[in-house]
Amino acid sequence: MTTHAHDHPGHAAHVHVVPPPVLLAVWGALMILTVITVAATWVDLGAMNLVVALAIATLKAALVLLYFMHMRYDRPFHAIIFVASLAFVALFVIISLLDTAAYRPEMIPDYAPAMKGR
Amino acid sequence: MNLASSHGEAHDPHLAHHFPDAPTQFEAGKLGMWIFLATEILLFGGLFCAYAVYRANHPEIFMYAHQFLDKVLGGVNTAVLIISSLTMAWAVRAAQLGHQRALVRLLSATIALGFVFLGIKYVEYEHKWKEGLLPGTRYTPTAGESVSATAPAAPDPAPAAVPAGEASSIAHAARGPAGLAGEPADSQSPAAPAVPRNVQIFFGIYFTMTGLHGLHVIAGMITLMWILRRAVQGEFGPRYFTPVDLAGLYWHLVDLIWIYLFPLLYLIH
Repeated sequence: MTTHAHDHPGHAAHVHVVPPPVLLAVWGALMILTVITVAATWVDLGAMNLVVALAIATLKAALVLLYFMHMRYDRPFHAIIFVASLAFVALFVIISLLDTAAYRPEMIPDYAPAMKGR
Repeated sequence: MNLASSHGEAHDPHLAHHFPDAPTQFEAGKLGMWIFLATEILLFGGLFCAYAVYRANHPEIFMYAHQFLDKVLGGVNTAVLIISSLTMAWAVRAAQLGHQRALVRLLSATIALGFVFLGIKYVEYEHKWKEGLLPGTRYTPTAGESVSATAPAAPDPAPAAVPAGEASSIAHAARGPAGLAGEPADSQSPAAPAVPRNVQIFFGIYFTMTGLHGLHVIAGMITLMWILRRAVQGEFGPRYFTPVDLAGLYWHLVDLIWIYLFPLLYLIH
């Protein structure tokens, strides 16, 4: 809301100009998180490695969405649309995983050797 | 309000007739773009689902095959896309403020970074092609000589019996899931775990996901070139920057998807 006469608050269009320090801070955070996600693979956390990687990726995605894509300053309805699509993808993936876990692939000789003993 | 009235008498060339005023048009455009981005998430969601199901059933294939991906090139490409996201977000700011020269420069930088990304992707794809690390029946790994030191060499067991080192891995890989129980005897041999079977499906997932993402990068670059051309002509400013804003949203989404692809494909632990 720094500049021109026509985009003052209360105007119908939600126009927000992101200041350079915010842009640079978000960019710096994204770069640091990228280094962290690479470094995290050097540490053996077992199954937690995947969780950590996805958590960092989600944090990065949130930064891009909130600041670079203006979601923080935007109409909430746009965020609802986007988050709803993520929710449906999550539903899709989770139910598919539940389905595939309901079978016993180890019954097929040598098909999924790592599944044995689960 | 004052914007609407000022546009009333002097007919804004960017205002379509079916919109009462510019803010309404801007909001409609943004809403449409976010709905489109949601469909893009659903499109990639199918691929992420395939990835999740296959990885859940075959973790050993992902542990093995991801070693053939170049972490350094993947990491550099991640940085390239993040920098391009910064230049894109700054370009939107420049358009909003009417900084004409900055807008042109930042859009050019974003497009150039897109070329850098595609160039690095080309180098990666070319390596995979030369090493035979391709999907389906094209999977003919020449493991050993050309593959980097991090990748395990061709399977050691019984090198004398088989004429060439590649023969064993091809035979294992080309066979489909042994659901028909035709020849369980030799496939269950203890030598098998060295190189898991059906590695080619990892490369099918890899090429489909990164390939579709690459097509999105190309589409984003074409869009940005069109936006750049209009920016050079001085079309954008504080009163009208919708196309820059919407193209930026698309570009950021492409970055967003890569943010997930990089750890899921390159950084498997």
